[in-house]
Amino acid sequence: MSIQITSACLIRNNHIQLNGETMIEKEKHLPFNEFIKGAYELNASPNLKFFKMDNLCKLAFITSEFLLKNKKISEQYGAENVSLLFANTSSSLDTDINYYNTVKDFASPSLFVYTLPNIMLGEISIRNKFKGENAFFVFEQFQADFLCNYATQLIKEKKAKVVIIGWVELLKENYESFLCLTEENGNGAELTNENLNELYNGK
Amino acid sequence: MDALIAKLKTQIIEQLNLEGVSPEDISPDDSLFGEGLGLDSIDALELIVLLEKNYGLKIENPAEGKKIFYTIRSIAEYITANGKA
Repeated sequence: MSIQITSACLIRNNHIQLNGETMIEKEKHLPFNEFIKGAYELNASPNLKFFKMDNLCKLAFITSEFLLKNKKISEQYGAENVSLLFANTSSSLDTDINYYNTVKDFASPSLFVYTLPNIMLGEISIRNKFKGENAFFVFEQFQADFLCNYATQLIKEKKAKVVIIGWVELLKENYESFLCLTEENGNGAELTNENLNELYNGK
Repeated sequence: MDALIAKLKTQIIEQLNLEGVSPEDISPDDSLFGEGLGLDSIDALELIVLLEKNYGLKIENPAEGKKIFYTIRSIAEYITANGKA
């Protein structure tokens, strides 16, 4: 069995790359909120919920919009066969802090619903009608081997035909997002630790 | 009443992060949920917070909330009736 990385999107330093090609590049000092709003307005299909999402979800959502643009994954493989496997290091701490600050006055219900990192998986699944297994993990740093092994196992055990794997990290103005589409017998680099690390490092 | 309605529109747009919506886009008699402005259950909770934070009004009966949050005008009428305008 051979599993390939058929597409990869990397966002960091206000620079969006899809399969190594620059999609958007803005000044490095531009605040995250302005950068991500600009990326949404230029590229994402209208979604009323976008502006209600927290920053972590916005980042994951925009990365997935680039990764999956013009692709009909759900229709092609079946909604139940698309899995999401994400990780980061700060969990939902960015929103947890914002929510904690509102608790002293009036607790914000709209912030509270984002005080879990796996909400981003839900937002992407709703948007793309994915119904497969999804999981979220917290690691100190990007772990290609874990994501690679887990995705391979899901496909080998026929729990999924496609796995979107990645790293979506955000705390204040520090962020990076890296999502890969992995498919069995697809066109692209083989899903290996080395290839995943190389794409993550933006080489 | 008109001044209160105008103020509520601005407060609701801000509190609910209704990006791209301006006060002129909202009619005071538009339904806030469902077909109208399309608000959801989390928005309903934010409206409860808005009333308590800005007008000192607590809504404790959920059935009452459905009537109060029907339109911007019904919210304004509730605030006026409770002497908090």
